[in-house]
Amino acid sequence: MPERGWEMSFQEPVLTDDEVVALIWSNTEKVFSTMLGLTVKSSLAPEERIKALRKGGVVSLVGFAGRWRGSGSIRCSGQLACSISGKLLLTHFDYVNDEVLDAMGEIANMIIGNFKDDAAYKLGPLGLSTPTVIYGNNFEARNWNGESWITVLFDCDGELLEVNISLVPGHVLGEAPRPAGVLAPAMWENKIIDH
Amino acid sequence: MGLDVLIVDDSAAIRKILLRVLAQTDLEIGDVFEAGDGIEALTILEAKKVGLVLSDVNMPNMDGLQFLTSMRSRPEWNAVPVIMITTEGSQAKVLEAVQLGAQGYVRKPFTAEQIKEKISSCLSVAGK
Repeated sequence: MPERGWEMSFQEPVLTDDEVVALIWSNTEKVFSTMLGLTVKSSLAPEERIKALRKGGVVSLVGFAGRWRGSGSIRCSGQLACSISGKLLLTHFDYVNDEVLDAMGEIANMIIGNFKDDAAYKLGPLGLSTPTVIYGNNFEARNWNGESWITVLFDCDGELLEVNISLVPGHVLGEAPRPAGVLAPAMWENKIIDH
Repeated sequence: MGLDVLIVDDSAAIRKILLRVLAQTDLEIGDVFEAGDGIEALTILEAKKVGLVLSDVNMPNMDGLQFLTSMRSRPEWNAVPVIMITTEGSQAKVLEAVQLGAQGYVRKPFTAEQIKEKISSCLSVAGK
C-alpha cells in the first residue's frame, strides 16, 4: 500500500505507486512513439538538473474529477517543448509561442487522458479537465490537495521531461470541487520514483 | 466536387494534424472548416454543407457529445458521417457516442493510417 497522508474510510480499490508509475510509463511511451516518433528513456538526472527544471519551463496541467480527484502534469524546458511541438506539427519552433503551448497541452491531454482511462478500470469513472499550460521562469508548483505527486523522469533527446500524477479519494477533499493545481512561489513536493 | 470536411477540436495542434492527414488521403477533399468547440461547429454547419465531421469529445462550451446530439436532432445533418477523435476512451463514452450516431471512434494518440482507414470505412458505409 502506498504511504499516504490520509486513510481510506472504507474498503475501496486503490492504485499503488508502482501501478501509477507503470501507467505513466506505458502512456508516455505510447504518446511519444505514436505521435512524435520519439523514444523516451528512464532518466537518472542529478538533483541539480531536476531542481533547475522545476524553476520554470513549460508545465501542462490536467485535472481529474470524480470519486478520485487530483491532477496530472508534464513539465519540460522551453527548448524541449519546442522540439516536441516541432515533431508533432512537422515544423520548427525557435521559441515558445501559442502553437507550442497548444501542442504541449495536447500532449499532456493525451498522456494524462490515457492514464485516466487505464486508472478508471480500478478506480471507477474519472472526469478530465481541459489542459492548462504555463510557461515562464522562477515559478514552482504546489498541489492544492496537499498530497505528494508521483513523478517519473524521462530522458527525451537528452533533455528532461517530468510526468506527475496526484490522485486522492474525493472524500478526503470533501465534496466541494477543488482546482486541479495551483502554481505559486511555493514548494512542489515530489516523490520521484525510478523505473 | 470534393468532400467538404468539418474538424472540431479545441486544440489547434490537433486540427493542423488532421488537416495534414486529410491531405494525405486518396479522397478528393474540398473545403475544410475548423471549429474550436461544438457551438462554433454548429454555426459552421448552419452556413456550410459538409460531408464529413471529425470531432473531439472533451471541449469547452459545448463538448463533442452535446454537439453530436444537436447535429442528430436536425434532419438535414442527420446523415452526415461523424467520427469522434478523442483521448476519451472509456467504454461508457464510446457507447454513448455510438448511440448518439457517431459512425467511428478513434482514440488519441493515433496514426495517420488509423484516421485514413476510419474515414474510408465510414464514407463507404455512408455510400459516399
